[in-house]
Amino acid sequence: MAKVLVVTSGKGGVGKTTSTAALGAALAQGGQSVVVVDFDVGLRNLDLVMGAERRVVFDLINVVQGVAKLPQALIRDKRLENLWLLPASQTRDKDALTDEGVGRVIGELRSRFDWILCDSPAGIERGATLAMRYADEAVIVTNPEVSSVRDSDRIIGMLDSKTVRAERGERVEKHVLITRYDPARAARGEMLNIDDILEILATPLLGIIPESQDVLKASNVGTPVTLNDADSAPARAYIDASRRLMGEQVAMVVPAERRGFMNRLLGRRAA
Amino acid sequence: MSMRLLRLFGGRNASAPVARERLQILLAHERGLLGQSDLLVTLREEILAVISKHVALDPDKVIVKLDRGKTVSTLEVDIEVPNNFDKSKAITERRMAG
Repeated sequence: MAKVLVVTSGKGGVGKTTSTAALGAALAQGGQSVVVVDFDVGLRNLDLVMGAERRVVFDLINVVQGVAKLPQALIRDKRLENLWLLPASQTRDKDALTDEGVGRVIGELRSRFDWILCDSPAGIERGATLAMRYADEAVIVTNPEVSSVRDSDRIIGMLDSKTVRAERGERVEKHVLITRYDPARAARGEMLNIDDILEILATPLLGIIPESQDVLKASNVGTPVTLNDADSAPARAYIDASRRLMGEQVAMVVPAERRGFMNRLLGRRAA
Repeated sequence: MSMRLLRLFGGRNASAPVARERLQILLAHERGLLGQSDLLVTLREEILAVISKHVALDPDKVIVKLDRGKTVSTLEVDIEVPNNFDKSKAITERRMAG
């Protein structure tokens, strides 16, 4: 059965788009048919991170408004044949998306794909609400930083009240994905640690993506990090997270890219 | 043991416990406030609707605030009425319309 998953955060710049691309690619690598949908109207970027920026002809708004048919707007990934992109528009008219139109498009996508990953815009405005509106599951992307955790708390509140599922009295399954985690700094008490974040947000953990240069490298060349270097620490963390989304039990490890001096000295696994 | 050693070396930099505490206090406060926000929005809209029947109002000039204190809570309603509002005229108009 098709699952609609929103990747959201509240705060901007925490890695929603990177995570959408990486999780989408990882699910596709695992054999699922996946479409990643960019809801960030006006500031579209998912096409760029996916390396499809020059192949965009029609976009989500065109489909919502009936200017283009869904198959005309869907872009197949160059590397994976079961990974597709529905790009956002550069238009400045944010009201071009209607609740009803989005519902129709999501409904149509449900009949074609196993997974529909919605990349939410930052903030708590209409765009973010529409991106989560039809979600069955949510990945809340959080940095180990006070502002990010606070905004995630707000978004969790919205997921529990503003979604179709919530209005029907059902739940949206929520997961926290911690990005830019530096185990050495957390061990030194300079960064909120995983337990603190999970306790504060009271939401289960989907994965821990270590701070890594590989993430920037992958987005520079327009390839999801799991496809660019599947053996890199962040890629492995995203692949594990995607397997958890598919219901597998995968042990949680913090793949430390650079182990701090103190950790090495003490022979301590960063975790 | 190793944690203690780490604390010893990195003690001056341990800002994360402060972050954790600040967040816990802040979020406890915000979660309480957000639960009320629907009530305030409803109140504001209904007050606006009632007064607008009689006076032309700028919707942005109606402020409804709820403060929860330990012993007393206050509901503060601040409505700015336009300067050129003529009460007798409005009432006459209403009588004529009715």
